Amino acid sequence: MSTVRVLVGTRKGAFILTSDGKRQKWDVSGPHFAGWEIYHMKGSPVDPNRLYASQTSGWFGQIIQRSDDGGQTWHQPGTPPGEPTTTPDGMPKGESNKFVYDTSAETGKPLTTHQWYDGTQHPWEFKRVWHLEPSLSDPDTVYAGVEDAAMFRTNDGGKTWHELAGLRGHGSGPQWSPGAGGMGLHTILIDPASPKRMFAAISAAGTFRTDDGGKTWKPVNCGLHSSYIPNPTAEVGHCVHRIAMHPSRPKVLFMQKHWDVMRSDDAGESWREVSGNLPTDFGFVIDVHAHQPETIYVVPIKSDSEHFPPEGKLRVYRSRTGGNEWEALTKGLPQRDCYVNVLRDAMAVDSLDPCGVYFGTTGGQVYASADAGETWAPAVRDLPGVLSVEVQTLP
Amino acid sequence: MIRVVLPAHLRTLAGVNGDVQVSVEGPVTQRSVLDALEARYPMLRGTIRDHATCQRRPFLRFFACEEDLSLQPPDAPLPEAVATGAEPFFIIGAIAGG
Repeated sequence: MSTVRVLVGTRKGAFILTSDGKRQKWDVSGPHFAGWEIYHMKGSPVDPNRLYASQTSGWFGQIIQRSDDGGQTWHQPGTPPGEPTTTPDGMPKGESNKFVYDTSAETGKPLTTHQWYDGTQHPWEFKRVWHLEPSLSDPDTVYAGVEDAAMFRTNDGGKTWHELAGLRGHGSGPQWSPGAGGMGLHTILIDPASPKRMFAAISAAGTFRTDDGGKTWKPVNCGLHSSYIPNPTAEVGHCVHRIAMHPSRPKVLFMQKHWDVMRSDDAGESWREVSGNLPTDFGFVIDVHAHQPETIYVVPIKSDSEHFPPEGKLRVYRSRTGGNEWEALTKGLPQRDCYVNVLRDAMAVDSLDPCGVYFGTTGGQVYASADAGETWAPAVRDLPGVLSVEVQTLP
Repeated sequence: MIRVVLPAHLRTLAGVNGDVQVSVEGPVTQRSVLDALEARYPMLRGTIRDHATCQRRPFLRFFACEEDLSLQPPDAPLPEAVATGAEPFFIIGAIAGG
């Protein structure tokens, strides 16, 4: 029987939840990296035991951790597996990982500033890795979305990272500005049919697409309308919270924007709103059913100034029509006095049948549904605030 | 040998318990002590000083002999008691929270 492994990043460490295919009983391991913020963990699609984790701290900066055994043991990628983890005199070795913005002449236009909250220009400063997206074909290749917004890539399993400078350098970089949570590149989607095509989403800049493996990028935000920016239909400046795609239809994208749930049927060239009958179209997460490309999930949040579910009722909304028509999924979720948030990287689906859906809350609960959202139960509760949730379906 | 006291999270990262000891060739300064520390414990690179700028991370401070040395130039000599190993060089994480 298949098993499911849920990778949970929290404010105070990482947790790994495992269950059999019934997804009713969960074993919890952790905290790994106790006391550190774990912004994101994700496994390689071609080697599921290869996991990467972004370990970060306001005091000590950024660490990349890697596991080659499904999260039982971890190491900093400076020490390759199979090599001694100590120096000849017995001391541990390895290294923290460097994320240094590319200012080389080869980029043609090294960028040093972006727009600050007050409209002035501000230096680009690396703060942390928000998202790690392993390659679809090579376990040693991983893309990292970072704050201040940029994309990096490793081809050696996390030991060294190099910026894909064409994203910041395509021309609009000086107009990007941080959202309330910082200026983070938080979503990376790789087109399975054409792996040189990738999408990146940035708060608050918008969505960008490359068709040449990250060398050059273009903004793909036509159709977005953001009334909170000086030009509501500007090419960049939109606070995109999350985008999602189904691997069988990579030209169809779904977006939870700051306000508005959006859809594109042409790889981001144009977007239309599909918020429909949602009680509020503010929110962070959005994801697609594993087997039904027109079935999507969001968790509506009251507003940008009140980051909790409307009426204190935690509800996942599902559309089976690719948007516009939404139904509330509430069975097993708290329907009173619930004031948690669900952050942008904290929802995922497994690939079992029926599809499992998972999300984590700032209150430390990870809710799981083994029936595509019909019913929910906490896989674990009372963890530190959840920053990210990823799911692996294992044979 | 120079004695260095690390914050708890960095001891965990380095896989050590208690103080660590490093040897320094030449003048004993913040820079030479941190260079030696990072050479012996490479996993600490970037956690005390920013990778790109080599500046002290804002929420860390350096103390020795009951003095805050954080704002001293990185190449200024550390107190003799640190150089002889009589007193440790403290790397302290700022206390934040309420």
